[in-house]
Amino acid sequence: MTQPPAPPAITATGLRKSFGDHVVLDDIDLEVPSGTIFSLLGPNGAGKTTIVKILSTLIGADSGHVRILGHDLDADPDAVRAAIGVTGQYAAVDGLLTGEENLMLMGNLHRLGRRRARRRTAELLERFDLGDAARKPASTYSGGMRRRLDLAMTLVGDPRLIFLDEPTTGLDPRSRRDMWDLVRDLVAGGVTVVLTTQYLEEADQLADRIAVLDHGSIVAQGTANELKRRIPGGHIRLRFAGTDALEAAARVLGGSRDDDALTLQVPGDGGIDAVRTILDRLDNEAVKAEELSVHTPDLDDVFLHLTGHSSTDNDERKAA
Amino acid sequence: MTTLTRATSDSATMLGRQLRHLLRYPSLTLMFAGMPIVLLLLFVYVFGGAMGSGLAGADGGRAEYLDYIAPGIMLITVAMVAQGTAISVATDMTEGIIARFRTMDIARVSVLTGHVVGTLIQTLISLAIVTGVALLLGFRPSAGPGEWIAAVGLLSVVTFATTWLSVALGMLSDSVETASNLPMPLMFLPFFSSGFVPTETMPTGLRWFAEHQPFTPVIETLRGLLMGTEIGDSAVLALAWCAGITLAAYIWAKKLYNRDPTR
Repeated sequence: MTQPPAPPAITATGLRKSFGDHVVLDDIDLEVPSGTIFSLLGPNGAGKTTIVKILSTLIGADSGHVRILGHDLDADPDAVRAAIGVTGQYAAVDGLLTGEENLMLMGNLHRLGRRRARRRTAELLERFDLGDAARKPASTYSGGMRRRLDLAMTLVGDPRLIFLDEPTTGLDPRSRRDMWDLVRDLVAGGVTVVLTTQYLEEADQLADRIAVLDHGSIVAQGTANELKRRIPGGHIRLRFAGTDALEAAARVLGGSRDDDALTLQVPGDGGIDAVRTILDRLDNEAVKAEELSVHTPDLDDVFLHLTGHSSTDNDERKAA
Repeated sequence: MTTLTRATSDSATMLGRQLRHLLRYPSLTLMFAGMPIVLLLLFVYVFGGAMGSGLAGADGGRAEYLDYIAPGIMLITVAMVAQGTAISVATDMTEGIIARFRTMDIARVSVLTGHVVGTLIQTLISLAIVTGVALLLGFRPSAGPGEWIAAVGLLSVVTFATTWLSVALGMLSDSVETASNLPMPLMFLPFFSSGFVPTETMPTGLRWFAEHQPFTPVIETLRGLLMGTEIGDSAVLALAWCAGITLAAYIWAKKLYNRDPTR
């Protein structure tokens, strides 16, 4: 006996949005199953935040249809608002209030009543490790603490769907890992999470499904492993003392050479076996490499492969 | 829960937020009272001697001029806090917390009413300080308790109007700098009224403007209540101006808040 599949948390079809004549979203379709982490991956300006803003009722789409947790986004935005939580890219906390007051504010707005609001506040301060700072103004918090408070505030109303818009951008590695653990705990509790990120590693660590976004379109969608299979592996980069050595190495190994930098890029996944094979073959030909570096696939490779341009190109074009 | 009780309870929560801001930064309220006090000292002690004798003849002096300008100084206090409100609304709008409120199932207007009622309280505190200083300097109103209550009522009505206006201006501004400049005219309007000199002493064009701008009937009514001068139809005019400005600014502010944030 199989259980009937739960209805999806989000179904969006044909979302379009332009600011003036600048097309930000071009015909986006999304389906996010309940109780999963769905990640929107893409560089700045790809349209990730715009999707989150539309799905969280902050701005309207030009066209398209969205259902969230069974509610029609256009017809009943308040029902959607009551069921979701949003933690934005810039910590949405009141810097003049203390951590405790921020949480109590949320409790009051969710109409929990004084006693329940107090209990929930104490519980969240404890869970997010903010107990010591509870009575200090949020403006004095570190970046990691602000993000934790932000997420805690989102959880006061027990949302069933949470949008996390670049929750770890600008955080140090430790705070980032703490945030990842918190997100995993949430999903273990049955919450659906939509996560935007520019870090492949983050999507890889957390997401059940990933949609890669570029210039307002979804260019690829799938699990982390499915996407990785579509991305060619990394490469190994060798530098030589002179053109003769480079010449010899290129003959043996193939790959693409850069005569000015005296380097050779050899495709490979950067595993120990691949590196050993390359070095053995160079040894056999008595060619000596000066330097070796291993390049593992990152977001740039995903973009290079999926779109034919790198994510930094994209930033420059946006800035221009 | 009905829409109205919901709006009331959410507005009360938002007012609580504003009052905490006020308590945490009392220096802001003191600053709003400080500027009118400096103007009061300047006008009374620097210009007061000459102005007083110009106003009331040879036997007039500083004391007469202080009595004359006190209502104008009160309105400058109101305008000063209004400017602060525009800045704090603009700052608020650039913070993520407002985006959070917008994605929550709460009465939308509550964010704005929180600001307005908070400002009203802040203005009354500033006015109490400024009036206290004026009394110390020798301001001697002739008002009885009834007139005082009416004066506080009138000042609250004016504050209500200027605050809704500055809330709208605060949202209209795309930066905090613009927000601090947009309400500037409010600061200057009391000078181009009957607040500091009688309008009869002004050149024709300016005099016409001074006699027909909203602050003049407000000042005349306030002066009438506090000093017992003739009020005439000023009270009706003052209330009509306030009602009109409040209604227009409220609709405008609500519309600005509900538009798509473009950022």
